Amino acid sequence: MSEITRRDAVRRLALALTGAGLIDRVAAEEIHALAAQAAAATGGTYTPKTFTPAQFKALERLADIIIPVENGKPGAVSAACPAWIDMISSENDELKASYAKGFGWLDETMKKRGATDFVSASAADQIALVDLIAYRKNASPELTPGIEFFALVRRMTVDAFYTSEVGIKDIDYRGNSPMGLYPAPTEAIAYALKRSPLG
Amino acid sequence: MKQVAQSGTVHDVIVVGSGAGGGTVTKVLADLGVSVLLMEAGPMLTISDLKEHMWPYNVPHRGAGPKGEAYSNRPTGFTYSATYGGAQLPGEPYTVAPGSDFSWFRSRILGGRTNHYGRVTLRFADYDFKPRTRDGLGFDWPISYEDLSPYYDKAERFIGVVGSVENIRSAPDGIFDTPAPLRAHDTLVQRSCAKLDIRAVPARQAVTTSPRNGRPGCHYCGQCGRGCMTASNYASSYVQIFPAMKTGRVQIVANAMARELITDASGKVTAVSYIDKRDGSEKQVRCRTVVLAASACESARLLLNSKSSRHPQGLANSSGKVGRYLMDTVGSSMSAMVPALSGMPHYNSDGYGSHVYVPWWGWDKQQELGFPRGYHIEVGGGYGMPGVGSFTAIVNRTEGYGVKMKQAIRDEYGTTINLSGRGEMIPSEQSYCEIDPEVKDRWGIPVLRFHWAWSDHELNQVRHMQTTFRAILEGLGGQIATGGGRGGGRGGAAADPNRPPISRGGAIIHEVGTVRMGDDPKSSVLNKYCQAHDVKNLFVADAAPFVGNPDKNPTHTIVALAWRTAEYVAEELRKANV
Repeated sequence: MSEITRRDAVRRLALALTGAGLIDRVAAEEIHALAAQAAAATGGTYTPKTFTPAQFKALERLADIIIPVENGKPGAVSAACPAWIDMISSENDELKASYAKGFGWLDETMKKRGATDFVSASAADQIALVDLIAYRKNASPELTPGIEFFALVRRMTVDAFYTSEVGIKDIDYRGNSPMGLYPAPTEAIAYALKRSPLG
Repeated sequence: MKQVAQSGTVHDVIVVGSGAGGGTVTKVLADLGVSVLLMEAGPMLTISDLKEHMWPYNVPHRGAGPKGEAYSNRPTGFTYSATYGGAQLPGEPYTVAPGSDFSWFRSRILGGRTNHYGRVTLRFADYDFKPRTRDGLGFDWPISYEDLSPYYDKAERFIGVVGSVENIRSAPDGIFDTPAPLRAHDTLVQRSCAKLDIRAVPARQAVTTSPRNGRPGCHYCGQCGRGCMTASNYASSYVQIFPAMKTGRVQIVANAMARELITDASGKVTAVSYIDKRDGSEKQVRCRTVVLAASACESARLLLNSKSSRHPQGLANSSGKVGRYLMDTVGSSMSAMVPALSGMPHYNSDGYGSHVYVPWWGWDKQQELGFPRGYHIEVGGGYGMPGVGSFTAIVNRTEGYGVKMKQAIRDEYGTTINLSGRGEMIPSEQSYCEIDPEVKDRWGIPVLRFHWAWSDHELNQVRHMQTTFRAILEGLGGQIATGGGRGGGRGGAAADPNRPPISRGGAIIHEVGTVRMGDDPKSSVLNKYCQAHDVKNLFVADAAPFVGNPDKNPTHTIVALAWRTAEYVAEELRKANV
């Protein structure tokens, strides 16, 4: 459903609201359905705005390590997380600088380990490096810049993933849908009470 | 001399500001046959701009802020909410005196903050109107609960407020619509409170769950803060002002920043001078009566800036009290991860935000508590719509990557319960606003300078809140994660480890006082009808007339008081007294 169509539907509802008519729940449901369909189509080929093609490849690789495909469920790359990170960074100079520094650090470190750069290193070598920089306990003058960079990429990848359509499905968020009545969640209440000191 | 465009029409009433107070006055006057010119400093609200029902991926930045502010430790504002505003408005500064800490949230949109606010709807208790009589602190109001109670009734019937009859003196019952049932986290909090002899009751929110005045009942999408497209919750814009426009007696001037009230030799207000923000030109509209509802501090600013040879201290300020006794709500919070909620079968927990709250239970134990007055507790939890930052804390704790990290996120999603205390601040000589002698806004209007100090009354109250929160959360098996004022104790709180986590002044966005009511013209600005002692045709209908700031969130009392003021204005107009 295009944004124009959604806008029109919203406008119709707005007119109903400012006019004399009574609005029923059908109108509300229509809006919900339209909003749901208005998911941005970020799939397909994406041309980075901020990062070089090589940097974008490195970002894709990191995103795939952070949230991989899990039992056939899409991961961060199919959720277009790298594209969103590139888009946000294109508007924020601090982020741009952090990413430039971070990509540089990854390549330099990989060179010291005998590879040309991060992207062309073997998957095993990439994981070996990530295993070091994914934890603050490994902080050292050599590793700290990498640890800080990985924390930033991880934070943004997680944000991008769980705010995407596939991520919201993955976390099993059930809301944002209109209901005529709000039912008491009796099953959940029984579950929680039983496991609490109050049960 | 500067050109000021003046229109010839003399309006019966000009209302300055369109939030809870201005919207109520506009609706009530229009219904009583009075014509109103309503001025708003922001643009008209367009319902199609509301972001209700949208998914994060429908917004390009997904809530990170248009320039990714979330990643640069800069405030993202309310980028996802139905608001146009924040503490920083381009070209509209304010200043804070050295040693003070205060943030001033301003909304610039038809309906003001009511478009996005929390919609907690609580009546003041009878004793809240006579605090000085009770414990010698603060000041008594010139009105009593009996004076305002019929207007709480009217507001509740018209707006729709969910709740339940509980017979608790600190939380008078109203005319309630049916509340939604409690959810899992609500139930845990209620049971844990019961063990401590504290009652948690259905939340009182400005949401109608049954059809009312052409508005359908709530559809439980949980996105009240983004503005409600079906007008099932209360905002002055779509519940009061749009319907009032249909009477044909309401004219709206948007993008109008009031600059000064113009008076004649008899001291009455004859016109409002304002900046047309679209082109920066100055204009004047004439009136028989003016009602200020620009928000507490903006109304005070407008009076202080209406200086003339006849009114050297500003208009209606012979008492010198305009700007004094500024109050905010005392805020402190604590959250916990609750293992009992982990792995629970997921359900739609959106509802209408809060479904349970804890009214103040200690009103009769004041002598034992070590602080005056009280607070209530608001409860948060459930499976919120994922957003930017939703899982940052979990990920920072677990670190790593991959499926293991995802599982940690899954296990913790929906397991956090947050308790927020909202308490009463005692008015003091140390907290006030005045005109900054130097700084002006982009249109040359002198700006406010804030002075702010919490006293031991508030700090001791926060200590009590923290002890109580811990007892409630540990009682339900929670692992305490954070305590703090809004924003994790930002502002002065972090600097001193002995200081309890209290919100910074203004952070709860409940600023009230500054143009207070009273019987004595020497110590108050307004009489018991919110009419200026000095200027008969000048009224104030926002939170500026408040004499105290009980723990109850102010909006319900703003609406009730404005309703009463509007009826009085209509009657005085009819009798040609103003």
